[in-house]
Amino acid sequence: MNLLKRIRRGHTSDTIFAFVALLFGLSIVVIMGGIIFQLWLQSSVARSEFGWSFLWSAAYRPGENEYGALTFIYGTLVTAFLAILLAGPVGVGIAAYLVEIAPDRVNRILGFVVELLAAIPSIVYGLWGFFVLAPFLRDYVVPVIQASPLGWLPIFGGTFFGPTVFTASIVLAVMILPTVAAVSRDVIRAVPQDQREGMLALGATRWEMFRQAVLPYAGSGVLGAIILGLGRAAGETMAVTFIIGNSPRLFDSLFDQGATLASIIAGQFPEAGGILLSVLIELGLVLFIITILINISARLIVSLISRSPRGGIRA
Amino acid sequence: MSSLSGTSAFYRRRKLVDRLMTVLAYACTAAAIIPLTWIVIYVIYRGLGAWDLAFFTELPQLFGDGGGVRSGIVGTLVIVGLATLMGVPVGIMAGIYLAEYGDNRLGGVIRFMADTLTGVPSIVVGLFAFGVVVVNFGYSAFAGAVALAVLMVPIITRTTEEIIRLVPDSIREASLGLGVSRWKTIMRVVVPTALSGIVTGVLLAVARVAGETAPLILTIFGTNFPISSNVFSGPSTTLSLQIFQLGGAPSPQVVEVAWGAALLLVLMVLGISLMARLVFRGQSVSGGR
Repeated sequence: MNLLKRIRRGHTSDTIFAFVALLFGLSIVVIMGGIIFQLWLQSSVARSEFGWSFLWSAAYRPGENEYGALTFIYGTLVTAFLAILLAGPVGVGIAAYLVEIAPDRVNRILGFVVELLAAIPSIVYGLWGFFVLAPFLRDYVVPVIQASPLGWLPIFGGTFFGPTVFTASIVLAVMILPTVAAVSRDVIRAVPQDQREGMLALGATRWEMFRQAVLPYAGSGVLGAIILGLGRAAGETMAVTFIIGNSPRLFDSLFDQGATLASIIAGQFPEAGGILLSVLIELGLVLFIITILINISARLIVSLISRSPRGGIRA
Repeated sequence: MSSLSGTSAFYRRRKLVDRLMTVLAYACTAAAIIPLTWIVIYVIYRGLGAWDLAFFTELPQLFGDGGGVRSGIVGTLVIVGLATLMGVPVGIMAGIYLAEYGDNRLGGVIRFMADTLTGVPSIVVGLFAFGVVVVNFGYSAFAGAVALAVLMVPIITRTTEEIIRLVPDSIREASLGLGVSRWKTIMRVVVPTALSGIVTGVLLAVARVAGETAPLILTIFGTNFPISSNVFSGPSTTLSLQIFQLGGAPSPQVVEVAWGAALLLVLMVLGISLMARLVFRGQSVSGGR
């Protein structure tokens, strides 16, 4: 319709340009569709072989051609949630510091630091985690945890060798910290200044002001930032592949080795052939669905903030 | 009297909680800065130790002194360059579409897809490129570049859209009012006005994919032999892939080379993002008032 109207108006070149631009815009839809189609197509062998039970089977026995996704889904969720448990509160704390406390100069310097961090590729975090953090944890942190009352918990049991689920989760936490901090900083900064001034004028301390006038306002955005971090942690590949030990098992101690969906794909792919290749691509499909769900829910929550009232009475 | 002292005790407690929370916020920031500076300083320290002439001129070896990363440097430049050639036009044009023609339901769908695509793990994009290119044509630098281009497109699209939306309508109207057609207005007036912002978006996208490893494992294979001179066939390698392969080697001398490559890669990525910052500092949208 729109197109016809323009042709009638006689701007042929405009119509062509609009059409070409539309094609490029649609290429994004094509890419998205292509990703889903390819994952579906290339995993067809594994899907027809194992059916739906693939999702809850914990088997991973290449010798007997028996495969399941459960150990990897479990590994992905445990590491991602552990990472966000560590990085979430710290990230929000940083955001609060940056917006409410830090002077401009500190803000600028920290902005540069964040840029520096974004420049560190995932594989370098992996290298550091394997050669620096893992020995450090083994020598100084893990003995302390195991000697403390917490050490009796089964999740802290067993011998700590270095490359473990625990190490991988900490490295993931460090990696997603800038994301969580930056997004929460933006949503906290977006809270109207009137909110703060009103609260302070009532005699509130800075913390009371933050808790009662800022957080309720920015809450959904902060939650969105945390879920966004969760999505990043779930899809992170190289650092985890390097550190987690990449052995498929339903670990019950964090000091054990494990594997995530992403790490098993990266670790096994170069040597994979036949049905294993198809299995790995189906694992990719599972990872794709998990991260898409996480990301969409994060976006929905963040978009809620723009719908929240702009007025004052919200605490 | 008693009520007054009660108030002041209450007040003291409030003050104390406030202090405590302030300290906590400082502590969070410190807790983040410590591991991060630790990583940066350690990479510089280990990396510089590995840098010598052989590091830049030799091929990697999984034994002996580890050789150098010449092929990785070349491979990174070639693959990231190819990806840029493919990803930049698509990303910019899609961004133009969203900003200039995208205020409808289709635009909303494309915008949503671009945002979702940004969150897709890079390894999944690698699987996509594997299915499209490698399955049909075999491992090649080109296959890796396709994966990186797919990662770049949504980033460039969204930044381009945001920047073009910043161009004031008065500029468009002035051009249209002179009888210039709409597409010429976009290409000759709007895009040049927003150019520095668009370039910044492109550079940030390049910086993001330059350090990617996961999709390349699935597409370019990685090799310690000289890389294929034909980008459309034969295995290639990149710095990131060499860090992965050399870093996993048992010999400490080989690992040393991986640290050198890590420093080089960090500097490259940092250099690109600093360049982006300099371009942006000029002005995001130049001209106009």
